[in-house]
Formats: sequence, C-alpha cells, structure tokens
Amino acid sequence: MWLLDETDQAILEAAQDGLPVSATPFADLAARLGVDEATVLDAFDRLLAAGVVRRIAAVPNHYRLGYTANGMSVWDVADDVVDEVGERVAALSFVSHCYRRPRRLPVWPYNLFAMVHGRSRDEVHARVAEIETVIGEAARAHDVLFSKRILKKTGVRLRKEPR
Amino acid sequence: MLPHEPVELSAPQRLVLNRLQDGIAPTPRPFAALAEEAGVSEQVIVDWICEWLDQGVLTRFGPMIHLDRAGGAVELCALAAPQDEYEAIAEQVNAHPAVAHNYERDHALNMWFVLGGSCEDALDHAVAEIQHNTGLDVYRFPKEREFFVDLRFYV
Repeated sequence: MWLLDETDQAILEAAQDGLPVSATPFADLAARLGVDEATVLDAFDRLLAAGVVRRIAAVPNHYRLGYTANGMSVWDVADDVVDEVGERVAALSFVSHCYRRPRRLPVWPYNLFAMVHGRSRDEVHARVAEIETVIGEAARAHDVLFSKRILKKTGVRLRKEPR
Repeated sequence: MLPHEPVELSAPQRLVLNRLQDGIAPTPRPFAALAEEAGVSEQVIVDWICEWLDQGVLTRFGPMIHLDRAGGAVELCALAAPQDEYEAIAEQVNAHPAVAHNYERDHALNMWFVLGGSCEDALDHAVAEIQHNTGLDVYRFPKEREFFVDLRFYV
C-alpha cells in the first residue's frame, strides 16, 4: 500500500534530484512548491521518523573519494544458518550492504550478498578473505563480482502512478 | 561514466563532507552549526556543495528515500548480455524509468540493476518490458532479509 499523502509526495518528488543548494534549502523548496516552510520541515520530520527518508545527506561518488574498487561478494550459505551468518557479516565495518536473496539455480547458487568497497581490488580481496574467516565452514562457495562501470546512477525515483 | 581520479580536499572540507554524509536536520538553517564547527561561513559550505556536485564528487545532496518504507518496492535484477550487444542492451535497460542504478560486473550475469516502483506490480511490468525490449531473461533477486549496515565513505 502506498503510504505517502499528496503533500509528502509533492515534497519528495521536488527534492529527490536534490535540495536547492542554499543556506536555507527547506525554505527555498517550500517557496518552489508554494507552501509554508513549516509544512516542509514537518513533512521531513515525519518521513525521517517513519524511515521513508533514511537521512537528508550528501551522496558521494565513491570513485572520486578514492574508493575505486567495489566488489559484490556473494555466498552460498546453508539456509538454516544464513540469518545468523548474515548478522555477523553485516557487523564488519567494511561491508556497506548485506542481504539474503533467493538462489537462481543452476545459474546462481548464492543466497547471501555483502557489498565491499575498497581503495583497490587487493584491498577488497583481503576484506572478502576476512568475511570468509567470519563465515567459516558455513560458506560452501563464494564469488566476488567487481563493478567494471557505472551504467546508470539516478537513485530510486518516485513517480506518480495511476492508482 | 568511468572512474575518476580522487579529489584533493582540505581538512575543513573533509570535516564538512563527512558530516554532510551523516545528514542534516530539517531546520531553517541546517548548515549553521556545521559552519561554526568548520570555522567557515554557511555560504562557504553552500559553495563547496555546488562545487562538489559540479565536479561529480557528490552525485546528489538531498533526501535518501527508502521506497519500500513508503509502501513501494525495490528489487535487484541481473541479466547476461552478450558482449557484442552490451552497449545497446545497457541503453535499453537504462532507458526504463524504473531502473535506479545499473552496474557492469564481471560474471556471466554481467549487468546488475536496481528497479524501483510504487508497488510490486510496477516491478513486474518493468521486468516484462525489459525482457521484451532486450530479448533476454531477467533474473530477479528480491531481498528476503536485510542485515542492517549504514554506508558512509569517510575521507
């Protein structure tokens, strides 16, 4: 079920490509939408509390910050222990995302995905070896898929859909 | 978009860039406290944000939207694009508005993209359209469980 009201939707649609860059971005966004600044501030307070907005922040291009290697490490872990293993892998400081996902046999035997960023492929490989130690014998097979190129990075888009 | 050279940043710039990744509060003057801490004016911070957006150091400055918490749906997908058609297939996939990110990766499944939509049906439609446009099978990897981590790139 879609949980945003029309005001929330309008504010997020206007802000999703970025806030106005000024010392008063919320007032400027409000002016653009023709609403009070308080309406915008209240909406963001609620959306942050609900977790719909994770945070209002700078999203870096990690390549430009020196993190040029990004490896999606993928693991085949027995179903009865994968959740416990996932918690331990996610706790490692260099893991940026960690998910359990379905296998797609025979093409894809892996059910645990842990994204690892580093300043070089060697650093990523060393970190993947650390994950392997943490998982231990529960890791039946694994692979690392390095990103060769960003083909698109616009972020998740809100769109008005017919209801 | 190819990887770029890392940028050089001053100590106050690093402080500001790290703090801005942690996020700002929705207040009338969200940069005031940070400006004081960094020993610069609010306008300097605004100018740096502009500069970083222009240089591609930042891809965006704004709300990070968690679409599934809004009742929407997000899904990781992959396909195996033949090497000699790779660029054309990337264009076909990127052209779909539901595609939020798309990465080339070194595996038989060599194109990995994230779909976002207002509901599961929207994702089903997007997958069907991408399969139709590319003539390739799309493998879907919905998240069954998220183990919590919080991504930052401190400099």
